[in-house]
Amino acid sequence: MRYAVVVAVVAANLIGCGGGSDSSGKPTQSGSSGGTVVSNGVDLTAAGATFPYPIYAKWISEYAAKSGVKINYANLGSGAGIRQLIDQTIDFGATDAPMTEAEMAKAKGGQILHVPTVLGAVVIAYNLPGVTQPLNLTGSVIADIFLGKITKWNDPRITSLNPGVTLPSRDVLAVHRSDGSGTTYIFSDFLSEASPAWKSGPAQGKDLQWPVGLGGSGNPGVAGTVKQTPGSIGYVELAYARQNNLPAASIKNPAGVFVAPTVEAIAAAASNSVKALPANTDFRVSMVNAPGADAYPLASFTWLLVYKNQKDPVKGKKLVDFLHWATHDGQQFAPALDYAPLPPALVTRLDTLVAGIVVGAPK
Amino acid sequence: MSEGVRDIVVPSIAPAAIDGEKRDWLEVGSGLADRVYIGAITASALVVPAILGLIFVAVAIAAWPALRTFGLAFVSTSVWNPVVGQFGAAPAIYGTIISSIIALVIATPLALGVAIFLVEFAPPWLRQPVAFTVDLLAAIPSVVYGLWGVFVLVPALSEHVMPFIADTLHLGNTPLFSGPAYGRSMLAAGLILSIMVLPYISAVTREVLLAVPRSQREAALALGATRWEMIRDAVVPYAKSGIIGGIMLGLGRALGETMAVTMLIGNRHEISASLFAPGYTMASLIANEFSEATGDLHLSALMAVGFVLLLVTFAVNALARWLVWQTSRASVAETGK
Repeated sequence: MRYAVVVAVVAANLIGCGGGSDSSGKPTQSGSSGGTVVSNGVDLTAAGATFPYPIYAKWISEYAAKSGVKINYANLGSGAGIRQLIDQTIDFGATDAPMTEAEMAKAKGGQILHVPTVLGAVVIAYNLPGVTQPLNLTGSVIADIFLGKITKWNDPRITSLNPGVTLPSRDVLAVHRSDGSGTTYIFSDFLSEASPAWKSGPAQGKDLQWPVGLGGSGNPGVAGTVKQTPGSIGYVELAYARQNNLPAASIKNPAGVFVAPTVEAIAAAASNSVKALPANTDFRVSMVNAPGADAYPLASFTWLLVYKNQKDPVKGKKLVDFLHWATHDGQQFAPALDYAPLPPALVTRLDTLVAGIVVGAPK
Repeated sequence: MSEGVRDIVVPSIAPAAIDGEKRDWLEVGSGLADRVYIGAITASALVVPAILGLIFVAVAIAAWPALRTFGLAFVSTSVWNPVVGQFGAAPAIYGTIISSIIALVIATPLALGVAIFLVEFAPPWLRQPVAFTVDLLAAIPSVVYGLWGVFVLVPALSEHVMPFIADTLHLGNTPLFSGPAYGRSMLAAGLILSIMVLPYISAVTREVLLAVPRSQREAALALGATRWEMIRDAVVPYAKSGIIGGIMLGLGRALGETMAVTMLIGNRHEISASLFAPGYTMASLIANEFSEATGDLHLSALMAVGFVLLLVTFAVNALARWLVWQTSRASVAETGK
């Protein structure tokens, strides 16, 4: 009996720990699972961001039906996608935050290309019973809310942005992501541009040290906390906010206009910022605070990551074909899933990028 | 418990005793089949400690850069800032231990009550259904507990329980119950954990109580004890070491629980005396940040959190063995008098 108990305790602990590292998706584990999948007739394996997963899943099924090429995409998170691509355990990766120079330098397969696929946005959602009109907010006010400097909803800085709206004297509860996330990266990118105090404080990243507030796990965690807690404010992806009917704030853009988060406003942000891109861009660009009166200031690309030199001729050809299809025919599926399609001017430039991928000669 | 040890010891002596001669453990059988069989079971017995050792080494190696960089500050400081690469896991360690203690404080009396009722008092027609229902709690996936917590427990806490404690009972100014009532808190995590560990403690306690010899009960009753006195003075002390083992099994479960706690604890790197305040646990921290961690030091810091979690669970197991050993020795000494 005693032995049984002790063994069971150890076993329970091991199971607990194993669960943790399972969900983490270590490169070695997924590398081996990728190997198993290949033997089941999968042509390309990929891993990465969870944010664009709905549209990637749609693309993969549509593309398999059309071309017969099977792709296995594991939505393990941008960080895992980058790590596995660096270690070459997958054929392509996906990320919401562009790779850093340090990460690019570590890549074992040479130069990595960032291919923008669709656009998403971060929405500021809130829960204020009795307030029916959409709120107007600016970057510096949002930064001060998440810094803990604005603590009441009827703070003069909020009321002055919202004439005609009666705001309660409730405490503000800031809700943020507890897990590392591309959404947090975009949000903190925006706040760093809007507020010097934010830039010198929490700064920019996928995980931050949050001065105040509660952490929710994933978009559902943040949205759930906001929905349940009167007086709370949080940030979630556009698709998630729309599907859950959360009230979303209109954000002041650099042109001085308060813009509501819509697919059209994101598309405007994209087409305006693409015009400003230099000819030699590697597409690792931030799209927050995009120019134009109609542009939503909290939009961002999401990228597929591929090696410029594809050593395997068969896989390389399949990958190039898929990228071409995704940036052209695939775009039509974006709006229904609350992503904005790539602006046509950008697609032309991506054709040049994809054409630059070097596919190894058949042996 | 102690009779369990006898069960294990007896069969291993038996073959030698039958033959009437002493044999080495590898030469017990005669044919090749026996040797293959013994070799196979020995190998499988050795695999488990080997895997455990390898996990320990692998985690320690991965954790080394962070442990070397921060030293003791890793477990004693509270700043967790991935942007500048500064990592202190004290709030997560504190939260892991406190949430588990809350769970045990709530679950232990309940589980003992359930087990004693089922073994000593429940009519036979009630015993099976209730025991089955309690055991079923262990079969519910932890994400389901988490969802239940998010949609039922958290609103109930923030709208009813926390205002009641803080305002109606006027405990809002005491350190233990201060702060705003968000619902997501150390208290919510402790409560969900208490429900999750209850079936483990109760199932082990039930089995241990059933194993108490009938003669023990009859002797107590014959001496004029009431039913309650019989349970308190004759049954529970006899089963004490087993009950402690059950509680430790529950504690092990609580320390490592990830999903449900992550959904309810509020995920805040802060040590607060208040049960209403959000906190963090080591398992939640790893689950939250591992998939998006790109910096080498960030990854290593998360592995170091895993390493500390392993150490804490080992310490708990050591404590459990020591407690079981102490109580069984004490009860042997008592019966020896």
